[in-house]
Amino acid sequence: MSNRTLQFKIYRYDPDKDQKPYMQEIAVEVESTDRKLLDAMVKLKAKDDSIAFRRSCREGVCGSDAMNINGRNGLACLTDLTTFPEGKPIVLRPLPGLPVIRDLIVDMTQFFKQYHSIKPYLINNDPPPETERLQSPEDREELNGLYECILCACCSTSCPSFWWNPDKFVGPAGLLAAYRFIADTRDQATSERLDNLEDPYRLFRCHTIMNCVEACPKGLNPTKAIGKIKDMMVRRAV
Amino acid sequence: MVNRVVVGAHYGLKDWLAQRVTALVMAVYTLVMVVLLSVTGGGFDAWRGLMAHSFVRFITFIFVLSLCYHAWVGIRDIWMDYVKPTAIRLTLHVLTLLALVGYAGWTTQILWRL
Ligand code: SF4
Ligand code: SF4
Ligand code: FES
Repeated sequence: MSNRTLQFKIYRYDPDKDQKPYMQEIAVEVESTDRKLLDAMVKLKAKDDSIAFRRSCREGVCGSDAMNINGRNGLACLTDLTTFPEGKPIVLRPLPGLPVIRDLIVDMTQFFKQYHSIKPYLINNDPPPETERLQSPEDREELNGLYECILCACCSTSCPSFWWNPDKFVGPAGLLAAYRFIADTRDQATSERLDNLEDPYRLFRCHTIMNCVEACPKGLNPTKAIGKIKDMMVRRAV
Repeated sequence: MVNRVVVGAHYGLKDWLAQRVTALVMAVYTLVMVVLLSVTGGGFDAWRGLMAHSFVRFITFIFVLSLCYHAWVGIRDIWMDYVKPTAIRLTLHVLTLLALVGYAGWTTQILWRL
């Protein structure tokens, strides 16, 4: 494929200068070697260096370039340029529901607060063994689809329950991480972890809308993890 | 205490479970009634005939209780999402509860008057 021109509509807002946000229209020429949306955005940034966005690894590992692309949350570095229809501008907005710091950069404080609230680390009070704490292959299997989360927040910011109660509802990313430790046979705090979530807000604000599954660029399934936490609570209670 | 976010009311699981169970009760009742009514046919007399059986009255009563509990959890969820000031929300909760209890009582009265 030869060079082509891409049209963009980008959400711009600089609280120091702008009264309110506006959409900037801008075009950029990309080459055949530019494969991902992020490549095009780097070119955009070279053209207009006032555009602000986060990115780092450019290969779907760091989770920093999550944004709302044509109405869906995703990572710019994993979004193929070929997926955009010809002749229609690519609309970029910040992740919904979080305060905008500038342009496509949002304040993730609330998101990480929720993540930290589930104690995202192994709790085990036994003295550590000589080498490592062992698990059977089957027990390890349960952690697949959980530990891969890169905390990009695509899921939580597409979840209506998180929009309404970001201070009280843990959100899909945090709950996926919660189940990651609840499911870990090396962890000894299962009961406290369940206690921590047994509340009408923290876990049960999830109404199985499944926007999170739709949004996750790593193909993870927070809804399933949430279902398993609920199952465990029921098992514990009856 | 002023602006600290407080969570940890331990009724999350109970209400979630109750919502599923009451939904099941309502689904089963609906099926039973559809079958019964297709046997007896519609109309006021058929209804009266059905409700003359205390068993039918009893399951109808259970159905109404389930409906009320189900509605209570659902409507409270809406207030929790959209109404933030505690005082207003508490008032709405109380009004909702009163209305639902009132409906349940009213239904009972109608059922046993038939
Ligand atoms: S399934 Fe739950 S966590 Fe996921 S988007 Fe829906 S409400 Fe949010
Ligand atoms: S679950 Fe997926 S969408 Fe959510 S934070 Fe993790 S990687 Fe991102
Ligand atoms: S730049 Fe790291 S995930 Fe996209």
